[in-house]
Amino acid sequence: MSEAPAAPRTASADRARLEGIGLLVRPPQPRAGRRVLPARVAAMCAVELQKLRHDRTELYTRAVQPALWLLIFGQTFTRIKAIPTDGIPYIDYLAPGIIAQSAMFIAIFYGIQIIWERDAGVLNKLLVTPTPRSALITGKAFAAGVKSLVQAVVVIVIAALLGVALTWNPLKLLGVAVVVVLGSAFFSCLSMTIAGIVLSRDRLMGIGQAITMPLFFGSNALYPVSVMPGWLQAVSKVNPLSHQVDALRGLLLGTPADLPADFAVLAVAAALGIAAASSLLGRLAR
Amino acid sequence: MTGDAAAEAVTCTGLAYAFGGTKAVDGLDLTVREGEVFGLLGPNGAGKTTAIRCITTLLPVPPGMVGVFGHDAARDRMAVRRLLGYVPQQLSADAGLTGRENVDLFARVFDVPRRERAERVAQALAAVDLADAADRLASTYSGGMVRRLELAQALVSAPRLLILDEPTIGLDPIARTSVWEHIEAVRAATGMTVLVTTHYMDEADHYCDRVGLMHRGRVRALGTPVELRRGLGERRRAEGTADADTLPTLEDVFRDVAGSGLDDESGDFRDVRSTRRTAHRVG
Repeated sequence: MSEAPAAPRTASADRARLEGIGLLVRPPQPRAGRRVLPARVAAMCAVELQKLRHDRTELYTRAVQPALWLLIFGQTFTRIKAIPTDGIPYIDYLAPGIIAQSAMFIAIFYGIQIIWERDAGVLNKLLVTPTPRSALITGKAFAAGVKSLVQAVVVIVIAALLGVALTWNPLKLLGVAVVVVLGSAFFSCLSMTIAGIVLSRDRLMGIGQAITMPLFFGSNALYPVSVMPGWLQAVSKVNPLSHQVDALRGLLLGTPADLPADFAVLAVAAALGIAAASSLLGRLAR
Repeated sequence: MTGDAAAEAVTCTGLAYAFGGTKAVDGLDLTVREGEVFGLLGPNGAGKTTAIRCITTLLPVPPGMVGVFGHDAARDRMAVRRLLGYVPQQLSADAGLTGRENVDLFARVFDVPRRERAERVAQALAAVDLADAADRLASTYSGGMVRRLELAQALVSAPRLLILDEPTIGLDPIARTSVWEHIEAVRAATGMTVLVTTHYMDEADHYCDRVGLMHRGRVRALGTPVELRRGLGERRRAEGTADADTLPTLEDVFRDVAGSGLDDESGDFRDVRSTRRTAHRVG
């Protein structure tokens, strides 16, 4: 009657083997509403750490650039003494800027990653789970933060080896971690927001390149805001990267910093970024 | 509508979805009964994947068009998602994670409590014969293994409705059979409803309880494979265009309902690209 199947069917044998699947017939109990977000964020961060554990290449290769900034740019400009840094060695002044920069470069990649996940079907599958869009984005944002934290540790170790006088006060280091995570959350959401608008990897790569350099050079990462022309000072004041660097410098080196304002700007920027990226995430699945 | 809502896993009522000016789904009426394996059949570009993406809440639809176990896909999205296990067309397991970690992620996002997570993940992996390969990276898996891993990801949350979009695309015949056998075995053991799309008519004939033949955004014929084939056979005998002994295949039925024009508009560019990509990853 019907065409011969490609191989004999062994459904009954399968059924016998499937006896140990008792749990798979019972749907799990949904978590209460307010506990969903932290649980999803934890799940996304866990995935990020698992991936880093399996493949540390990215960790190593990404450490090269900040190391070169400190070793070559930092060492050279320390000798030139061209940049007014209020008496601290330039390499000390530079180290927090490089932490912020390397965190931003990691985070700005997240839009490309989410488009890749869309193309691979991974994103669609996650969007069909009982996970609010905002939880998915927050998870990604914190995952970017986790990756950046690992990076920050690398930069701090290199800086310490180069003789930068950093704080080892655990509370201040905790503050550093919070600043790095908030900054990464904002920049990854900025990138994912653009991804939700342009929808293609090629366009996003162009835009990513076009915005990272101005964000970096239009901040206080390499030089103080006071040496900038007036219009650039105005840009730098609203640039979250400047606030991130300011906070990192204040915490790691003890330079004068407006920490409450810095934390407030970073927290608000991250929250706005999460809201914008979440509202555009559905577009990627269409 | 017939029957009580509880016995209907999926209902589509006049489902329509257009990408710009292209009507991908154009007035789809469909009912999937609880516990059956329902096959949505058609060539590339028939609107199968778009219909699936409406049912899975990936595409926004107006209220009243799509229901899953009585929950409206527009009004009650979270409730719908909680009931679904979804395997998309692409091989979508995360290659940077092990098989176990891939399944564990889905246990986490479906709120499986920590105390039973490891056991549940192990059971899902065992159900698809991946227990031995569970701690290898998914990048080392063959195409058929990735598909089975995705099945485990979908099963770990004990879905009432399993949705598979072209589950055997790009797989070799042995892997295809293996994927189907696992789907059948799991269905037999759990009693879940399965909605599957395919363009392999022989698979649908063999494994689906009922099929809907889709062409240009609508279901053109609906029934069990045998019903559809007998129907065409009887009509052809009445017309005197066929002899009594040979029963038409499901593909004959499809050619009959689709009429001409089957070959000229199959699949848009994106479909072809994603199919190629899948084929490439399968290697």
